[in-house]
Amino acid sequence: MSTQVGADHSAAENPFGIPPRIQLMNEAGEVSQHEIFSSYLEDVDGEVLKKLFRQMMVTRRVDDEATSLQRQGEMALWASCRGQEAAQVGSGFAYAPNDYIFPSYREHALAHTRGVDFGELLQVFRGSATLGWDAKKHNFHAYTLVLAAQVPHAVGYAMGLNFDADIEEQTGVPQTGQGQVTDPSKDGARPAVAVYFGDGSSTEGEVHESMVFAASYNAPVLFFVQNNQWAISVPFSTQSRVPVSTRAAGYGFEGLRVDGNDVLAVIAATRYALEKIRAGEGPVLIEAETYRLNAHTTADDPSRYQAPEMLEAAQAKDPVVRLEKYLRQQGLADDDFFESVKAEAEQTARQTRASLLASEPRDLDELMGAVYAEPHLQVETDRAFFREYMDGFED
Amino acid sequence: MTVEKLPLSKAITRALRYEMVSNPKVVVLGEDVGKLGGVFRVTDGLQAEFGPKRVMDSPLGEAGIIGTSIGMAMRGYRPVPEIQFDGFVFPSFNQITSQLSKIYSRTAGQYQVPVTIRLPYGGAVGSPEHHSDSPEAYFAHTPGLRVLTPSSAHDAYWMLRKSIEHPDPVIFLEPKRRYWAKGDVDFSDESYDPFKAAVLREGSDLTLVTYGPLVPVALAAAEAAVEDGHDLEVIDLRSISPMDTETVAASVEKTGRLVIAQEAPSFVSVGSELAAAIAERCFFSLEAPVLRVGGFHMPYPVPRAEKEYVPGIDRILEAVDRSFTY
Repeated sequence: MSTQVGADHSAAENPFGIPPRIQLMNEAGEVSQHEIFSSYLEDVDGEVLKKLFRQMMVTRRVDDEATSLQRQGEMALWASCRGQEAAQVGSGFAYAPNDYIFPSYREHALAHTRGVDFGELLQVFRGSATLGWDAKKHNFHAYTLVLAAQVPHAVGYAMGLNFDADIEEQTGVPQTGQGQVTDPSKDGARPAVAVYFGDGSSTEGEVHESMVFAASYNAPVLFFVQNNQWAISVPFSTQSRVPVSTRAAGYGFEGLRVDGNDVLAVIAATRYALEKIRAGEGPVLIEAETYRLNAHTTADDPSRYQAPEMLEAAQAKDPVVRLEKYLRQQGLADDDFFESVKAEAEQTARQTRASLLASEPRDLDELMGAVYAEPHLQVETDRAFFREYMDGFED
Repeated sequence: MTVEKLPLSKAITRALRYEMVSNPKVVVLGEDVGKLGGVFRVTDGLQAEFGPKRVMDSPLGEAGIIGTSIGMAMRGYRPVPEIQFDGFVFPSFNQITSQLSKIYSRTAGQYQVPVTIRLPYGGAVGSPEHHSDSPEAYFAHTPGLRVLTPSSAHDAYWMLRKSIEHPDPVIFLEPKRRYWAKGDVDFSDESYDPFKAAVLREGSDLTLVTYGPLVPVALAAAEAAVEDGHDLEVIDLRSISPMDTETVAASVEKTGRLVIAQEAPSFVSVGSELAAAIAERCFFSLEAPVLRVGGFHMPYPVPRAEKEYVPGIDRILEAVDRSFTY
């Protein structure tokens, strides 16, 4: 039976068992101590935080570049992750290379922590590929656009890791799935799975079934919910009366609620969760409370549903601003550092643009050939027709 | 002894057992498939032999069953999920049609998803609503899926083995009224091709195509037609996706007439597709329009009214007679 860390079980004050909110660095950049979670930050020094700040800033600059690319007609759509960088970079920092991550479609900063090239990442939004990167090399799955459909996949994958452990115990042979990157000598710990989805997705039936299955089979999976307060135009209050993390108790596993704009709290909570998961203590749910500072996508218009004061209040809690305050106040970084980060971000944005503009889809004949792993009569019939039809246009 | 007489359901059990013995990555999951052995007892004895980790009684949740199967497949496993009845497959429709079918193409071939979904289907067994449906057209319409349906014990054994060993996802439709029909299974038929139609009865006057539950009905109709002086060729389609239109076209070029029989409603169905394909391929060989015999465009009726709904020998012969009037 898992324990609720610091949960307030006072039925009168907290009848639904809403998990307490974990915050280790406040909006002013001041750090506080937590009896449990601070111990997960012992190696998180100035150098680490500067690296994470750099990842956040580079992502934010590429994010802006992507919006421009969409406005210039070079991309079909763009879903910005502005405001969610700490939740993604902080959790991304906690994973081992052989942990497998299932993103939704807004996890660009997380992808960056997994070493995915932004030019490859943006291909999905350019409309030149459904997956631009090597998912097995980065252990970072394709973006899934049907909300929450990837959540049961993550649970099944985690169940597979449990089967792997049994087979390894019986045979002594390491299991490598379909050739996903694995390096036991480096990773050491038992691999885990993490799946990302939002407050909107959290109400899909597949999330419920996934949590039931994960609990029943004790799957080593982390459900990482970025609650950015909006499902396009619909506020979180329409999705749920209590924080999403409250639901975990109903499935019999632990739910943590963290300030998702506090990179320290996110690192600590994710490490804590992974420690439990790797120890075979089943799934954990983390709800990172954050805010979507941009529109849902470039096709959206938040002025139709979001009061300007809400956005202003959220901007005051910007995770990037917060971390910069901390780094400056602690004397960990000076103007030179911030200038160098800006220059690096500019360069990455330029490279991303160039790489993206060079990205074209495989031709239709090749795409038809990739529908099935082995030839299929009807596909082959269509391909033969298509080739002949296209040949008719050649001189 | 490589030939054994088995009921179709037991041939499936044997195929599952063979695959589980030969590949430790084959796992079975579904509602009641463990201790109970499934509501049709198809997985009977498997949990006792392979343990609860490889034969999993799943929680009730079809989207969860298929969704987790996809994840297991990505991790190198070959899950064989069972959906208890045809009408219960729809809660997992999103996972099958927007996910399972597309993972291979979405990932540009980085991941194969060799999931074989076992799905008992079809009517004429006196069951209540949602227990007699024929959903094959939904899945055949979805690129990325393969759809197979056996009608005999031998086909059931080999089709399932080949499905589980195949890199693509397969919807394996088990005609439930055929579960108890016994037939010879030749266990040495290693070169079996599950994607080819089978000519079960040779004839020269008319081609009668069907699949799954109606195969013995079509064969009986062909015998009855002999009395009227008609020599029918009967083809079991076996694979719905891909559809072996070649075998059917070769037959129609010989006979000049085609009747297609199925339990599913005729409107926008497997029969519709085959009729269109053959009309296109064999226009100059046809002596009569292609005719379809199928369910009516209505929900499968209550069991006390199903007798007139499900195509039987008489409805097939009526279509055969109509074809000969041209």
